Amino acid sequence: MSPALELDERAGGRGREGAGRERLGQLLQHHGALLVLALTVLIGTVAFDSFATTQNAANILVSSSFLAIIAIGMTFVIVSGGIDLSVGSSFVLGGVLAAYGSRYGVVVAVLLPLAVCGTIGLVQGLVIARTSMAPFIVTLAGLLGMRGLMLALSGEGADTYLVESDAFAALGQGSLFGLTVPVYVTVVLCLLGIVLLQRTGFGQNVYAIGGSEDAAALMGVPVARVKVLVYLMSGLLAGLAGALNAARLSSGVTILGVGMELDVIAAVVIGGTLLTGGAGGLTGTMAGVLLLGVIQSLINQVGSLNSSFQQVVSGAFLAVVVIVQRVLSKAQRLS
Amino acid sequence: MADATATTALDGRTRVLAWMQEYGVYAAVVVLLLFNIAFTPNFLDVANFRTQLIQVAPIVILSLGMALVIGTEGIDLSVGSVMALASAMVVLYLGYGAPAAIVAALLAGAVVGASGGLLVAYVGVQPIVATLALLVGIRGLANVLVPQLTEFRNPTLIGLGSRSLLGLPLVVIIAAALTALVAFVVKRTTFGRQVVAIGGNRAASELSGLPVRRVLVTVYVISGMLAAGAGVLATARLQASDPTSLGLLTELSAITAVVVGGTPLTGGRIRVLGTVMGALLMQLLAATLIKHNLPQSWTQMVQAVIILAAVYAARGRRAA
Repeated sequence: MSPALELDERAGGRGREGAGRERLGQLLQHHGALLVLALTVLIGTVAFDSFATTQNAANILVSSSFLAIIAIGMTFVIVSGGIDLSVGSSFVLGGVLAAYGSRYGVVVAVLLPLAVCGTIGLVQGLVIARTSMAPFIVTLAGLLGMRGLMLALSGEGADTYLVESDAFAALGQGSLFGLTVPVYVTVVLCLLGIVLLQRTGFGQNVYAIGGSEDAAALMGVPVARVKVLVYLMSGLLAGLAGALNAARLSSGVTILGVGMELDVIAAVVIGGTLLTGGAGGLTGTMAGVLLLGVIQSLINQVGSLNSSFQQVVSGAFLAVVVIVQRVLSKAQRLS
Repeated sequence: MADATATTALDGRTRVLAWMQEYGVYAAVVVLLLFNIAFTPNFLDVANFRTQLIQVAPIVILSLGMALVIGTEGIDLSVGSVMALASAMVVLYLGYGAPAAIVAALLAGAVVGASGGLLVAYVGVQPIVATLALLVGIRGLANVLVPQLTEFRNPTLIGLGSRSLLGLPLVVIIAAALTALVAFVVKRTTFGRQVVAIGGNRAASELSGLPVRRVLVTVYVISGMLAAGAGVLATARLQASDPTSLGLLTELSAITAVVVGGTPLTGGRIRVLGTVMGALLMQLLAATLIKHNLPQSWTQMVQAVIILAAVYAARGRRAA
């Protein structure tokens, strides 16, 4: 649970019934995606014999892991009241850099994308924190600039670097108990993220800034530093996801990642994190990512539907979730 | 109005900055034009000019709608997907004739716009989330309706994309006419004043009895219909419907044109002609770099710098 939520409860003073209703509303908002996910999985299990198999579950986890890693960083950014449109470009750039760097060994292959994408995230954070420019615009420029950089590195997208280090390829392809390495990386990063967001002073500061930047500044929260750090994290994670994906595909593919930032934002919002900042969390985000993966899998099970249906259903889910969030938060304010 | 009183109070240096904000995009277009006339071979070639203008026309049309939406302190991410949906509608209804197909496309755009507008105005969903849901869902819908690139041979529709009137391409004339119309609406009509007032201060607009919700829905409907129109023109020029890639990332080009043109993302101010200049600047920039054999990747990096510079210059405008 978020500190903001605890504060709300303590501030109480309302009737017990009102508090109970509010609690239910907040529970639904925080864990609604998990509920919908459980329902969707249940429907899938009943409807398709081939759905509830370990193999299919493993497939969903493996294919969701890259989106999940990026979504961790995006959750921090959105909770702080910002947005990062540059992650799709960062993902592709990270992949190309990793594949290029793999000829110098696995260390370079991992560190090069982290260094470059992290630096760009850092610069975006500095610009956002030090000027009053909107994160939307700064990271939109980041999206364009990094895509340009990626094209420049890959001969306008014509050259594909192949991964030349077996050790590095193993990071994307090696598997244990039927799950590839990126799945384990996702789990570890997610646990670290949860601890960082819910159990540390830094996490509290992120919530405080998202709740009210002016109030946070008055309370002595180092607003600029926290903002810079969340954009740095977002850049690092998107670069890492790109590197792992390059390891999985054995090459730095230049055509991926277009519109990926929007998938990530959709997953975070479906997971109950408010785009206005100050509320939400990583468990919801992971439920959001898995829900998108499950929808994709269900649509694959229905052989007659083409994959475009996934977009229709994802869009509809997103619309329903935000309407429900909106209605609940209105009801809360009235009670 | 507020701008005029603010400007008189500014000292010299801020006045220069204010001038840059006000006319910087025009100056940049002129500088780029002069550079090209001086250093780019065959730049003044008529065919070249026509190509540039034809390419930029659909972006201009949907940027006009985006400018109105941003004027209300909103944003419309769905416009690229609406282009794709319009493209799908065109081939689905072409059997009933070109006019029916165009009407169907525009209606589809209006329905998508109305959905976004209702979510924003009545449910209170943030514009970026409401239109993001539409971006994802509507592109999917367009792909479901027309799964692959579908060519057509309807002469009327193809003529819409390729014919000229008095030596000017029809699409350019349409874009210019729509620009004039939107500029008139913003400057001279009650509706235009209401749009700007809502973006400037929504609470005050509500208190003073403006039909805030109705105006908001109308703005998103207009944006949807303009995006659909841009989709029809792009489809006519392609002579094929291609919902998978038509309009992809166009929402970002439109937002760029609006912001570079001097309309603040915080709303309350709309620069119609500036928006057109913003779109022209980006187009001209891309063309210039290509003509001088600089790779496409440079275009995007330079665009990123221009966006940042424009927004940095515009920063603090409302505080002044």
